Amino acid sequence: MIVEELHDCRDAFADELVRLARADSRVVAVCNDSVGSSKLGAFAAEFPDRLVNVGIAEQDMVGIGAGLANAGLVPFVCGAATFLTARALEQIKADVAYSLANVKLCGMSPGLAYGALGPTHHSTEDLSWLRAIADLPVIVPADPAQTRAAIRWAAETDGPVFLRIGRFPVPDVSPPGAPAFTYGRALRLREGVDATIVATGTMVSRAMRAAALLEERGVQARVVNVATVSPLDRDEITAAARQTGAVVTAEEAVPTGGLGAAVAEVVLETRPVPMRLLGTRAFAPTGEPDFLLEHFGLTADGIARSVLEVLGLDHA
Amino acid sequence: MRPGETTGSLSRPGETTATITAAPPVGGHGGLLPDHDAIAEWRRLRERLAHAGRDTAAVTLAAMAGGIRRTVISTIAGAGLGHAGGDLSVTDILTTLYGAVLRVDPADPAWPDRDRLILSKGHCSVALYTTLATCGFFPAERLSTFAAPLSPLNGHPSRRSVPGVETSTGPLGHGLPVGVGIAVGLRLRGSAARTVVVLGDGELQEGSNWEAAMAAGHRGLTSLTAVIDRNGLQQGARTSATNELEPLADKWRAFGWEAVEVDGHDHLALLDAVTAPHAAGRPRCVIARTVKGRGVSFMEDRVEWHHQVPDAGQARTALEELR
Repeated sequence: MIVEELHDCRDAFADELVRLARADSRVVAVCNDSVGSSKLGAFAAEFPDRLVNVGIAEQDMVGIGAGLANAGLVPFVCGAATFLTARALEQIKADVAYSLANVKLCGMSPGLAYGALGPTHHSTEDLSWLRAIADLPVIVPADPAQTRAAIRWAAETDGPVFLRIGRFPVPDVSPPGAPAFTYGRALRLREGVDATIVATGTMVSRAMRAAALLEERGVQARVVNVATVSPLDRDEITAAARQTGAVVTAEEAVPTGGLGAAVAEVVLETRPVPMRLLGTRAFAPTGEPDFLLEHFGLTADGIARSVLEVLGLDHA
Repeated sequence: MRPGETTGSLSRPGETTATITAAPPVGGHGGLLPDHDAIAEWRRLRERLAHAGRDTAAVTLAAMAGGIRRTVISTIAGAGLGHAGGDLSVTDILTTLYGAVLRVDPADPAWPDRDRLILSKGHCSVALYTTLATCGFFPAERLSTFAAPLSPLNGHPSRRSVPGVETSTGPLGHGLPVGVGIAVGLRLRGSAARTVVVLGDGELQEGSNWEAAMAAGHRGLTSLTAVIDRNGLQQGARTSATNELEPLADKWRAFGWEAVEVDGHDHLALLDAVTAPHAAGRPRCVIARTVKGRGVSFMEDRVEWHHQVPDAGQARTALEELR
């Protein structure tokens, strides 16, 4: 049995941020008493003056980020995804997106990563909220390579962005030798003709395993990794609907407004086909992330079951 | 597609995908360009004030403020929209800052070492727009488009479309955190530029201001000044009847700021308050005691003039009183 090596994407994020800061003196980090949970310890040690810890004050943190950008710096504003996005949503809308401030919002430990700490700490609405805001790209890397590439892109690109930096351990999914992240482009990881699984973040590796399970049942499932949830790669989604005739989405978030809704909009507008939207549809019960993902059917088995269901093969 | 572009889809099932892509003016200003004649006149005014005695300075700033007030009234009456009361209470603060204090360049609004002004009480946009036009950031005749369809001059100031606007404001309690970030950033960059945030008193009920006040005090941001337009009225009632703010100066002092209280319609008092050297390691709060609707008898200290629009007759009377 091959044991996959698993990674906390925050480590790749933190390491890449230090590299960027060495290369560009405009790069600064902002956090809300989250040096540890945002993995900014190495950054703080090397660039103590360029870490702005505002304390437990998320509205202030995002406003300060916008101000730092106004002063010509490139702030990476880091906090637990739920506090960053829920507490400071109006600052994200007005100070960052509407003001076109060059702020890199980094939502750490999103989805169900805080496990038994409970729904107050789960960030499952962030994709829905932020996707509704104009001119705010929403990026969800699926593995360390995508995380590094997305952060480099964010630092080089003038304008607001939200990056969802995962904590739940994930295996590498990026094909070697190809660019791990291209802004606005979804990446087809596996070809298939019977159905398409569109996944983001932690769900991508599970979608790949689901496709392998489906192959045993004679179902050829395509797998598409959506790292740019907004703006969505409409062409790739349209192609999935046209060419495979069924679409299942999977995200560690509420699908009502997040990836699932985004994909459904495109499918509905271009080529309506049967769909299933997998995600968290209720406040989670008590449990660690693995248990909770299973509870919501966000596993390889659960995704594969949904594909069979959407194809009408679940009773076959 | 790059961030900043928006795509509206017109496609229907079965049709080829047709999209309309409209690029907003990223870093551009929706057609508002510098007015070089006005800039030259503003520079002469700054030069005069730099060498003027106090009496001459007072007369000069009063004349500038009078012109701004008259334009505020005619702009709001013309548009049928605006916040006249607060515009008239904040006019002398903006006049003093742009007339005699802020080092800005209306010909180069993005000059990296400019002083920054943020109008946190963004609903008083007409006073800000008129002041910016007086400095030449854009031609004053564009003020007549205020709130008209597709005008760059929105009801609340947008960084996207108005040169000289540092951050989009409108929702209250947003300006001071951004100002703190600017002051921290300029200090990191080694710039001596200063940051001034003009706030309403009612908006001090927003907790985000106190998060920012705490951070500014802790960080000893001596380049940061907050000016409170203390007119004592908010949209629905007196501040004292809604949430008592006093003792206001003590609150700022408790957060590590120095605080002074001045007559917010006395240009020289304002000038002294914002230009005196800061105490070591302290940001400054200037509590400017003002009258909402200042200069127009039937508006002064009347809560309904928060956003009531003068009719033609009222506008005529107001303009006569402001002559």
